[in-house]
Amino acid sequence: MTDWFQVVVFVALVWATAPVLGLHLFQVFDAQPQPRLDRWLIPVENGVLRFIGERGRPAEQTWDYLRPLLFSNLFFGLVALAFLLAQPPWLNPQGLPPMRWDTALHTAISFLTNTDQQHYTPEQSLSDLSQLGALQFLFFTSAATGLAVGFAFIRGLCGRPLGNFNTDLIRAITRVLIPLSFVFALVLLVNGAPMTLAGPVMLRTLEGADQILVRGPVAGYEAIKQIGENGGGFFGANSAHPFENPNPFTNLLAMVAMFAIPAATIDAFGRFLGNRRQATLLLLLVTVLFLALAAVAIKAEQGGNPLLTAWLSGPNLEGKEVRFGAGITALFATITTGSMTGAVNGAMDSLLPLGGLVPLFNLFLQVIFGGQGTGVAYLLVFLILTVFLTGLMVGRTPELFGRKVEKGEIVWSSLILLIHPLFVLVPAAITLADAPTLSGISNPGSHGISQVVYEYASASANNGSGFEGLGDGTLWWNLSTILSLLGGRYLPIAALLLLAAGFARKPKVPPGPGTLATDTGLFTVVTGVVILILGALTFFPVLALGPIAEAFSLTGAP
Amino acid sequence: MSVLREAFKALRLTVVLWLLTVVLYTLPLLAVGQGLFPAQANGSLLRNEGGQVIGSTLIGQPFASNRYVWSRPSAVDYSTGKAAPTSAPSNLGPTNPDLAKRIKDTAATYAQAGLAKPAADLLYASGSGLDPHISPEAARQQIPRLAAARGLPPARLEPLIRRHTQGRFLGCIGESGVNVLTLNNALDQIKP
Repeated sequence: MTDWFQVVVFVALVWATAPVLGLHLFQVFDAQPQPRLDRWLIPVENGVLRFIGERGRPAEQTWDYLRPLLFSNLFFGLVALAFLLAQPPWLNPQGLPPMRWDTALHTAISFLTNTDQQHYTPEQSLSDLSQLGALQFLFFTSAATGLAVGFAFIRGLCGRPLGNFNTDLIRAITRVLIPLSFVFALVLLVNGAPMTLAGPVMLRTLEGADQILVRGPVAGYEAIKQIGENGGGFFGANSAHPFENPNPFTNLLAMVAMFAIPAATIDAFGRFLGNRRQATLLLLLVTVLFLALAAVAIKAEQGGNPLLTAWLSGPNLEGKEVRFGAGITALFATITTGSMTGAVNGAMDSLLPLGGLVPLFNLFLQVIFGGQGTGVAYLLVFLILTVFLTGLMVGRTPELFGRKVEKGEIVWSSLILLIHPLFVLVPAAITLADAPTLSGISNPGSHGISQVVYEYASASANNGSGFEGLGDGTLWWNLSTILSLLGGRYLPIAALLLLAAGFARKPKVPPGPGTLATDTGLFTVVTGVVILILGALTFFPVLALGPIAEAFSLTGAP
Repeated sequence: MSVLREAFKALRLTVVLWLLTVVLYTLPLLAVGQGLFPAQANGSLLRNEGGQVIGSTLIGQPFASNRYVWSRPSAVDYSTGKAAPTSAPSNLGPTNPDLAKRIKDTAATYAQAGLAKPAADLLYASGSGLDPHISPEAARQQIPRLAAARGLPPARLEPLIRRHTQGRFLGCIGESGVNVLTLNNALDQIKP
């Protein structure tokens, strides 16, 4: 009962923050005056722009927006890679050696793409300098890159030029990510997240064992990890670790932080379009889908594991913390995979079959609030496809926001949807074909299939969570997931920008009697159905082989 | 625009953003932490009368003796022993026979110690491997054993457990849990 109440509290908080933060995002990315912030930030932003030699002209071609994105991301990644490969003695209290080259490459690309898959144990691998200089740096820049793309896409769909990438990137950091993270970091700090460079503590426990407590600049790291939908833990246990997530209050905030920006981006989209009703309906749609998925996961975990009834009863607490409980850990799992954050406050691998199906399903859809900036873009791609499909069904000209949807839009939209299964299913099939040597599966049966598929789905969706029993610290896993990480990030970004730029160039057509209104309840329901059919059907066979088969094996047991 | 100029621009952008998001963002937080909230910022360390660090109030410890409240099973043994520091769950899947076997073995150990039907959280391994809490039920189940081992009346243990229980946030968010380390530390102070 209290679990469901907490779901309501969570959703209420997300809906309460969405319009406030949405207005802020709109002002930031529409370059509207923000008197209180402008006084401090305009000199900073102009200083940065002048220093880098950026005049801030809006992009005329897609390439004008994409080029600085690719160049800056290349340098962001190289800086992080250098820190990981060198791991100098500064701020390195444990004297940790450099990372192996393939793990360093995977880590740099994984954090660069806002994914944050971790094929290493942070406590034993990274100095404080690497945590800050490589990972925290990429937390900010990858989230800002996503936001920039999201708003460039929104501008294009609203018939405007894409904007200027460097300006968007800098303003996303100075006006959105740093202020929000700073406040959240202070709250985390007061609640017990460490903020020190003093290194680990060795101590003797009450029973006389030697314990090593790794500390670090956790509060600041943790805040942007959640707000930027990054998700890579300072510690191996991620948000289950008491230093990252000390109590139920910080857990609630961590959950809201994951949905805050994607929900607000949907709200800001309505303001750009001048049709807030459209945005509210989209927000309602993803909220309903989210609630349905969360309900399945929570119900499954509350029900407990029928194989263990000889020894215990009650909810499934394997891999879960007492202070959060089974239901809220399932809720967290639904949020973190819906939002492409990938932080976990419990073991995804130990979720019951249906509890694990929900995160996997979220990774396939990518729109249940979705990634930083890219979530709303994917959602609008589904809107374009729905306009096209319904237009075909009723024989009307497909139009969206006053512009015709034609071949170009459909080609790019279909491509965006096809990239994901390509980078999930193909490498998963290869890995499973030679499972004994390649896969590193740790759990037998259908669950092992889920482990492999999950890893690639998480990489391609730029999520970063995992069924972490998987032995993924190998050359094969590092290199093969790099392909999914890069393919799942930069190909859709390029396609989204091409789609938006082409759409903006089209002549505006006044709405006529043949125009299908997209801001209605009926159309929103149809969009939801399209999302479920197009998004999930491709992946249904692997769901059947993995979690669904496992669910049957669980209930079929004596 | 030449590729070189674009690359040089991106390089300068990288330098500025690095300073902004790593140095400028982190230093004030370190200053606030060390200046205003040193206890939390340094890991909520727990010290004995001699000033020696005996743990962190946020991090659990393993307990096996009859004189202490037992903590939850941990896949990493609470990051103790000679092994390098770590934190992790067991990652055993729900249908993995190893999970059932581990639970069966743990239950047998408890049964030998006189705890026939332990609360589920005493059998399930935690998410971090460092869970500082057990459920209030799991703590109460251990009262008879503790009372016998320490020669204390059970009535003295009840309020002690309540004092070391972290309740739900606002009475409705999360779950309440008994902090095993601070409780055991308090037990030691009653009767050293």
